[in-house]
Amino acid sequence: MIELVNIKKGFGDKIILPDVSAVMETGKVNLIIGSSGSGKTVMMKCMVGLMEVDAGKILYNGEDFGAMADQEKKEIRQQIGMLFQGSALFDSMTVEQNVMFPLDMFGKGTLREKKARVMECLERVQLKDAAKKFPAEISGGMKKRVGIARAIVLNPKYLFCDEPNSGLDPQTSLLIDKLIKELTLEYNITTVINTHDMNTVMESGDHIVYMYKGRKQWEGSNKDIIFSKDEKLNDFIFASDFLRDAKEMRQMEMFQSQDWRNKLKKD
Amino acid sequence: MEFRFFHHFGSYLLMLKGMFTRPENMRMFWKEFMRQCVDIGIGSLGIVLIISLFMGGVTTLQIAYQLVSPIIPRSTIAQIVRDTIILEFAPTLTCIVLAGVVGSKIASELGNMRVSEQIDAQEIMGINTKGYLILPKIMAAVIMIPCLISIAGFLGIWGGQKAGELGGILSSDQYWQGLRQDFRAYNIFFALFKSFVFAFIIASVPSYYGYHVQGGALEIGKASTSAVVVTCVLILFMDFVLAALLL
Repeated sequence: MIELVNIKKGFGDKIILPDVSAVMETGKVNLIIGSSGSGKTVMMKCMVGLMEVDAGKILYNGEDFGAMADQEKKEIRQQIGMLFQGSALFDSMTVEQNVMFPLDMFGKGTLREKKARVMECLERVQLKDAAKKFPAEISGGMKKRVGIARAIVLNPKYLFCDEPNSGLDPQTSLLIDKLIKELTLEYNITTVINTHDMNTVMESGDHIVYMYKGRKQWEGSNKDIIFSKDEKLNDFIFASDFLRDAKEMRQMEMFQSQDWRNKLKKD
Repeated sequence: MEFRFFHHFGSYLLMLKGMFTRPENMRMFWKEFMRQCVDIGIGSLGIVLIISLFMGGVTTLQIAYQLVSPIIPRSTIAQIVRDTIILEFAPTLTCIVLAGVVGSKIASELGNMRVSEQIDAQEIMGINTKGYLILPKIMAAVIMIPCLISIAGFLGIWGGQKAGELGGILSSDQYWQGLRQDFRAYNIFFALFKSFVFAFIIASVPSYYGYHVQGGALEIGKASTSAVVVTCVLILFMDFVLAALLL
């Protein structure tokens, strides 16, 4: 579990995150959503330690990341896997070498064991056949999957994904979402996704944090979003007429379910 | 302007300080170091061969053109070629060229890694990227560039001999006689010392510019250009300082 306790971050006079608190739960896909410039990337970079917070705490399983010694930070970082927006694969290495890199750097075991683990991860993302190819020779969707394989090769406890669907066609997007969701449940990891993609929000969002102008505007699950009365959230999620119609249809469907009628009565 | 200078100089020193930590994995560090040795050493060998041969040839022709007095023996041409190449042309001219070849490569490689978040990816894994990416480059340059300069010195002198023979300026015997006249081994030490200093500049300054790139492709290009310009100016400045101090 990752807890953000009153974190503040700014660049010079510009305050990006004035005061944000949130909890990213284990075994769930936690989404950070919000329009461009809402501070979600800064928030994620603070969480993984690429940026230091000006105030507040980031707790990994109750331990303050900022107060840790360098060695402890390194240990936590080795439990983090991250999928970058542009995949961030090493150009000079093949797909296999890219996935092998964290194992070579930190992994123990023989070369044969490492190779077996790499193949296991590549098989998991259905890319065993592309092992000998270079990043320049594969598609955007494949690069993302290699990025996922590299992120999970050390069996991380925390998986961060920065806009995993950007630049992908809807089908590939769904495939990536499904893969991340499956991995989260399979390894019981804390997954944090930074996204704009509404499919991801509706399909994978076990826990969603909506950021607006650097502040946490709304928090809930993908089911809660359908009945949310937050105007800013609705404007952001259901931006087009088509999506608004889809929302109403989903509301109708869900309203027919007894559980939801009871929940709404309670609210 | 002054504040920018101090800002860059301070950041450069901090970058150098940050490199010196224990490598996360010695085998990976060694692998990266060897890759850099091949890139910098073997990768630049072709251009060093070409420029040093022509450098020696042109030096011989131009000195012969200026030394037209019948009272100066022909072997003096070889003596001047030798000292010019050892003291100045092999270390300085070769390093100016290497600043362009190696410096721009280092700056653009690191810049591209920064922009495409490859450096961030390594940081998140818990790798000290300054130690893993920059230190092997500097070490490889400090080892390989003096070797290249030694080769450039020999080839320059050999190129001078061939140009002298082919141009009918002086015979092989006269050339060898000139090479042995008033030879001072200290000049070799001076040239090698300069090459170590220049090698450090050639690898560290472009590393600084590449590592701190912010933005996109345009900024990578700008960083590459700035890296080469600053490296060349620093090489010339240090050339002057070292000549003033050591000669």
